[in-house]
Amino acid sequence: MGQNGAGKTSLIKHFNGLLKPSSGIVRVDDIETTKTSVATLAKKVGFVFQNPDNQLFSETVEDEIAFALKNFGFDKETIDKRVTWALEFLSLSQYRKTSPFLLSGGERKRVALASVLAWNPETLVLDEPTIGQDHEQKEKLRQFIIQLQNEKKTVVMVTHDVEFVAECNPRVILMREGKIIADGPSKSILTSPKLLEECSIVLPQITQVFTKLAPIGLPDNIIDVDEAETALIAKAKENRYY
Amino acid sequence: MAVIEVRDLVYTYPGVSKPSIDGVSLTVEKGEFVLITGPSGCGKTSLCRTFNGLIPHFYQGELKGQILVAGEDVTGRQTFDMAKRVGLVFQNPENQLFALSVEKDVAFGLENLGMSRDEMRKRVDWALNLVGIYDLRERAPHEVSGGQQQRVAIASVLAMQPEIIVLDEPTSFLDPLSAERIFEVIYKLNQEQGITVILVEHRLDLTAKYANHLIVMDKGKICLEGNPHDILCNEDVGNIGVGIPKATLLHKQLKMKGFPVNPKTPLCSDELAAQLLEALSK
Repeated sequence: MGQNGAGKTSLIKHFNGLLKPSSGIVRVDDIETTKTSVATLAKKVGFVFQNPDNQLFSETVEDEIAFALKNFGFDKETIDKRVTWALEFLSLSQYRKTSPFLLSGGERKRVALASVLAWNPETLVLDEPTIGQDHEQKEKLRQFIIQLQNEKKTVVMVTHDVEFVAECNPRVILMREGKIIADGPSKSILTSPKLLEECSIVLPQITQVFTKLAPIGLPDNIIDVDEAETALIAKAKENRYY
Repeated sequence: MAVIEVRDLVYTYPGVSKPSIDGVSLTVEKGEFVLITGPSGCGKTSLCRTFNGLIPHFYQGELKGQILVAGEDVTGRQTFDMAKRVGLVFQNPENQLFALSVEKDVAFGLENLGMSRDEMRKRVDWALNLVGIYDLRERAPHEVSGGQQQRVAIASVLAMQPEIIVLDEPTSFLDPLSAERIFEVIYKLNQEQGITVILVEHRLDLTAKYANHLIVMDKGKICLEGNPHDILCNEDVGNIGVGIPKATLLHKQLKMKGFPVNPKTPLCSDELAAQLLEALSK
């Protein structure tokens, strides 16, 4: 996370070799990115761009999703299976034969995501995956990220969506002016007003509420709605209002 | 006074069988701050495109029903004519920017209005300062970041000083603090100059507090409409898949558990914090 121009997108473009370091070393699975090709890295590291229009080009949604699978040499049966799975998973089945360019902004973003999820990379790099997504789609994405984590896969996400981060509860790295300025669990990073302000990020809404309640003895490091409810009810009981 | 009236609108893009807008009637009063939300693909962007005539003039397709802007039927007017009244900030800034420098992009609409050079200079500087990109004025729009491009697109629409500003997820690429600043600028123009604002957004936690008219769309139709305080406590909102602000959600859960909180639905953290302070320090 970090403000516009902090270097987040530039950093993650090093993870699949789209950018190579001017100095220093980037290793992906112990291989230096300068010593291998983007094509090799792409199979390991799936990258979903911020703007889907920079990524989509096929005539139908189905072709778009099948494109990488064909390039990686999967057989036809596997390609069909994976494409169908990705379409269903991202609620795009009805658009199978539609041109991606006839879809809405949020739907195009999902096509871009589907085209990468389809080949099941070990590492997934998502640049602003929640842009234009409604609540239901975001919840699905969150569930999927949890599932990937359970499969011991790595997910790197760039996002400005504080509420989504509060829900996913990942390790958070804050960037500012091309440098990393903080790295830690979301619960500690997202409840540090000073750090966040330096990075042009606002506190999660629940944390904002609790910052204002701190003077009456409530904890100021709460990011989650259920956690908030428990703390408030405990406080009310303590005051015998409840 | 109604500035926009939509009557029984049904619109289908060319080559598509299902209508994207499927029977929408809507009145927007002058000076309102309207927030349109709903699942992706529900017709929000298409509806915005009708307000300045991009639908049907540019997108073609089949349109039934009526769209009146300031009393005039949009289908009978040219898009360039409508541009003086209605400014549209696109969802994807790259579709809107084309000039070789940021300031030329912002000046483009004004040049087309035949404005004098001095007046143009003033308006361009005013708009650039308003959205905080004066420093970028000589940069190429395609070299700046996605968030900065969005600010250029907003500035170029604000510079025209239209009566109605329509913004389609205008800050999606911006960091939260920059997004908040942009919303504050737009809210100020709405409050101080009475400019009518129509904003499409999924992130109600950032925007619900500004609106006095909330429209929830689903499958090409308007399914809920009214004051956000009333709409966001409606059970159906969650079912449609609208992301309710966390403060509103917490308030709802507390009420259900019998927590002694003021029953008025809060839309932002300030409102909820005030209610909780009141409840807990009696």
